This record gives sequence, C-alpha cells and structure tokens, in this order.
Amino acid sequence: MIEKSEDPEVGRIGNPSYDLFAASPVERRKKITEAVVRWVLAAVTMLLILPVFAILGYLLVKAWPALTPAFILDNPKDYMRAGGIWAPLVGTFFLVLISLLVAAPVGVLAGIYLNEYARDNWFTRTVNLAVMNLAGVPSIVHALFGVGAFVLFAGMGRSLLAASCTLAVMTLPVIITSTREALAAVPMAFREACWNMGASRWQTIRTIVLPNSISGILTGVILQVARAAGETAPILFTGAVFFVPVADHGWAAFFPYGLGDRCMALSMHLFTLSTQVYGVPEEIEYATAVVLIGLVLAVNAAAISLRVFLRTRKKW
Amino acid sequence: MLKHNLLILGRAVRRCAEPVIEGLIRLCGWSAILLVFAIFLFVFIEAAPVLFGMSAGPEEHFRLNLAEFFASTRWQPTSEIRAGYGILAMLVGTIAVTGLAMLMAVPLGLGAAVYVSEFAGGKLKETLKILIELLAAIPSIVWGFVGYMAVSPAIMAATGAPVGINLLNGGIILALMSVPIIVSVGEDALKAVPDSYREAALALGASRWEIVYKVLFPAAKNGLLAAVLLGVGRAIGETMAVLMATGNAVQIPHSLVDPIRTLTATIAAELGEAVKGDVHYRVLFVIGLVLFAVTFAVNLIAELVVKGIRREGEA
Repeated sequence: MIEKSEDPEVGRIGNPSYDLFAASPVERRKKITEAVVRWVLAAVTMLLILPVFAILGYLLVKAWPALTPAFILDNPKDYMRAGGIWAPLVGTFFLVLISLLVAAPVGVLAGIYLNEYARDNWFTRTVNLAVMNLAGVPSIVHALFGVGAFVLFAGMGRSLLAASCTLAVMTLPVIITSTREALAAVPMAFREACWNMGASRWQTIRTIVLPNSISGILTGVILQVARAAGETAPILFTGAVFFVPVADHGWAAFFPYGLGDRCMALSMHLFTLSTQVYGVPEEIEYATAVVLIGLVLAVNAAAISLRVFLRTRKKW
Repeated sequence: MLKHNLLILGRAVRRCAEPVIEGLIRLCGWSAILLVFAIFLFVFIEAAPVLFGMSAGPEEHFRLNLAEFFASTRWQPTSEIRAGYGILAMLVGTIAVTGLAMLMAVPLGLGAAVYVSEFAGGKLKETLKILIELLAAIPSIVWGFVGYMAVSPAIMAATGAPVGINLLNGGIILALMSVPIIVSVGEDALKAVPDSYREAALALGASRWEIVYKVLFPAAKNGLLAAVLLGVGRAIGETMAVLMATGNAVQIPHSLVDPIRTLTATIAAELGEAVKGDVHYRVLFVIGLVLFAVTFAVNLIAELVVKGIRREGEA
C-alpha cells in the first residue's frame, strides 16, 4: 500500500527535488560521458575522412591547369616534360584487360567451387585460408613471383603478358571472395527446387545460381579492375617500363603494344614523373595523379552503385 | 531420324561435358593453394643459390651468412671491395614505420569502427561505409605521391626537419592506408556480436558507451584483434607508398624525422638495377622470402583468431 503524500509537490514531473523520474547524479554523469564519447568518435571518423577530401581537392586544384582533353589524348613528349598521358593510359587499359581475361574465369570458377562443391572439411578450410593469405601477400612479393615464374620460368620475358599475369594472380582473391559471397546470397531453396526437377549440380548452377548472382559476381570483377589499374609494384619489374615510343595517330595509337612488348602504365608513369625525371612541370604530375585516382574511384563507384541497385531490387 | 540422332549425340556430349566442367571448377578451386605454394616456390628458387652457396665471380664462392644477414646494419650490396648484406636497418625501419602507423591507425580506426557500428544510424552509416570503402580503393602510388608532394613540405614547415620524406611521413601515409581495413573488419566484428547482448545491457540501464566498452569490446575482442593484425599486415607489405614517402636512407632511425628504408622499398628500389643472377639480385629475393614469411604469419594468426570467434559463436 502506498500512502498518498500530503505534499502536493511530491512526484511532480520537472521538480528536481521531488521528481521520481529525475536523473540521479550518476545518471547525469553517464549522460554527459555519453555525449562526449559520441562527439569524440564522430570527430575521429571525420578526422579519417576529411583529410582525404582535402587531399583530393588539393590534387585537383594543382592539376587543373593541365587537365585538358589534349592531356589525355597526347603522348608524353620531350622526356615527359610536355605532352599528355595517352601511351600510359592505353598501357593500363591493356594490362587490366588481359589480367581480367586471366583472373575472371579462374576466380569465378574457384568461387563456384568453394560455395557449391566444397564440403566443410579441413581441405576446404585450407583453401579458404590460402585465399586469405594470397590476398595478404605484399605486392612486391607478387612482383618477385612474377619475375621468377612468368618472366624467367615461363619465358615470357618482361612483357605486357607477364605483367598482366602477375596482376591477375594478385587480384584473384578479390574475385574469388566476392563470387563466393554473391553465390552464398542465393537462397538454398532455389537450388533444392531445381534439384527436385532432376537437374544435375552443374545444370542447377548454370540455369539457377549464376543468373541469380551474376550482378554480385560482376561487382567483384569490377573491383578487381580498380585494384589492377592502380597497382604499381607488381608491374615494375615484369613488363611496365619508363618509356615506350607510341604512334600519335591512327590505328597504331589504339593498339600500340603487342603481348610480348614492354608497355607503359599510368601508375608507373606517375612514379617515374615524380621521382625519376627532373624538371617535369608540377601540374603534369598532379594531373597524372588525378586521372589515375579518378579512374580508380569511378570504377569503384560503379561497383558500389551496382551493389546498391541490386539490394533494392532483390526478389527474395 | 537425323534429328533423333542429333538429340542423342547432344545428350551424350552434355553427359561428357559435365565431368569436364566440374573438373575445371575443382582445378580452379584449388588454384589459391597452388598459387600460394607457387609464390613461395618461385621466390625460393631464385633465392636458393645464395642460401646454399653459389659462385660469385671466377674464384669466389658465396653463401649468405644468415646471422650477419639479420644482425648487421651494413647494406652495401654493390660495393666492389667488401659487399655487405645486412638487413637489420631495413628491418628496424619496417618495424618503426609500421609501429608508428599503427599507433595512429589503431585508435582512430577502432574509434571510427565503433562510431559507424554503434552510434551512426541509417543514411549516415551507409554513407560513411561507402566513403571508407572508397578510401581503401586509392592506389598506393597515389598515397606515395601525396606523401612526397604534400605531406613532405608540411612536415618540413612544422618540424624544421631538413627533409620531409622520413619516418613520420611514412607513418602518416601508412596510417591513412591501413585505417580502412581496420574500420571495415572492426565494424564486422562489432556487428557479429548478437543484439541480445546489447538489449540485455540496455535493460540493466547501461548507456551506449558502457555497452561498447563493457560488453562489445570483450565480446568482439578477437575480431578487433584480427582487424588490427590485418592492418599490420597491410602496412608491412606496402611498397610504393613507403618507397616514395620514407626517404630511402638505410639507417636505424633515431628520431621521428629521420629518413628510413623498409624491406619492401629496398626490393622495389634495387631489383631494377641488380644484375640478373648475381648475389645482390638473389639477396633481394631472400628479403622477399622474409617478407612472405612475416605477412603469411600475420595473416594466418589473424585468420585463426577470427576462426576462434566463429567457433565460440557456434557453441
């Protein structure tokens, strides 16, 4: 039994000395800590993101005078001190394309194996561990591998092909992991329904699983492209070189490198411009950096928007 | 009749095709294991002669003294009179720059992971996650360029150091580079803690911050540790950014503004100039083996730590 108090102020909301629901000193301190922590953590997060925007802005401002269509379409001239970035840009394009042709089929099939065929045993766990570790191998060790395996052992020499293969090995884990995840997102019931119709494992994969996960797989492939386009160390000793004279006009300007030729690459070009050649106008260096970063971010943004788009129209 | 035969033929082809395709899938599935072995093997083959003895010149026989290799700071691979192959200075450089980077990246990265996972909500959370993903996509050569062109003058202005490309510069750049992986793996680890833990703590009257450091940190400590380890792995293996930002001086640093040289940068800087097949060239592959072993160990530990939580979660 609660006796009704004589004092009309007791229990009145908002009266600190009587309010039954008023915050105690402990609670008040908690609330303050909470607010402080929230702001500190928000500040920390901003501290990570804002400098990047500052840096991007800085690069863009410095590069602005050189960023013209001609800069993209011209070849480097006069020991890189003038002209544009056409030859390295085409080189990067071919490096990425060939590495994609090598890595995408292998990576997608490996993802299919891991998600659709592999049983949960020690061997599969070892394969998964190997994928993780392959992703963690330093890029310069990949370069050494490329030199040992492709340039010397396979006899490719320092060439576009050797560099592309090295890039393919390096970016393989990206494709494997994302394919596996895309396949895992397809509900088991889809497969079971198909098996009940008498379809074999591969028929199920081909007609049900792959069509339902193709966009997720594509996202992974696009991320591979972005990663391969930005890498420098693996191509440094396997095929990318300082300078290759490339035709300025016509058909040859679009296909300047054969598979066995050495090529230029945008990332390598940025390295050369900023550390190896003296007297390069600053805006050319900055513009090269901006084009490289713009390419990579654009490709990534494409992958992310594809993923977001997918999530909104998923049927299950 | 022909149609019927074709139908049978098609069915037979399909029946044969399926095992072929499945075999191919299996082969590709094993590719990761094969490649990890191949990487070790091919780097080892190039390094082996110097480890087990090789001829270096007409009369000379050279075999790398491993004790001297790890304990000496004398790195003079091209010296005509007495070449020195001691990687201690580079080892210390790698450890110093990685440690410095982690000193900045771990508190910031875990703080941001907590904010993204526990404090930010809805649109803000999605936006932050996408931004951090984009941060991870910036190529290392661009980070190196930023360190070389932008951070370097800033450091010279702030500290009065004679050169801006040094330990501090490398540390800052590496910290920014390894933060995204720490944030995303750390956020995954926090997300993996069941909501019932949070609800139980809330019911006991805990504030959000109390939940984070009394409930989530202990519950997710393995995942957070894995996040840090993966960050360390990335920092140790980073090549182009440190090559451009750390100043490339083979010495043991005594202050934050001393230029240093890392193991990765040594390979990148010297492999192009080393004569193929000679001692210097092969010693660089030995450094590659060391790097492979270290990052392999770090990644393996991180993976086992994560496996540990997964098994606990199932139990």
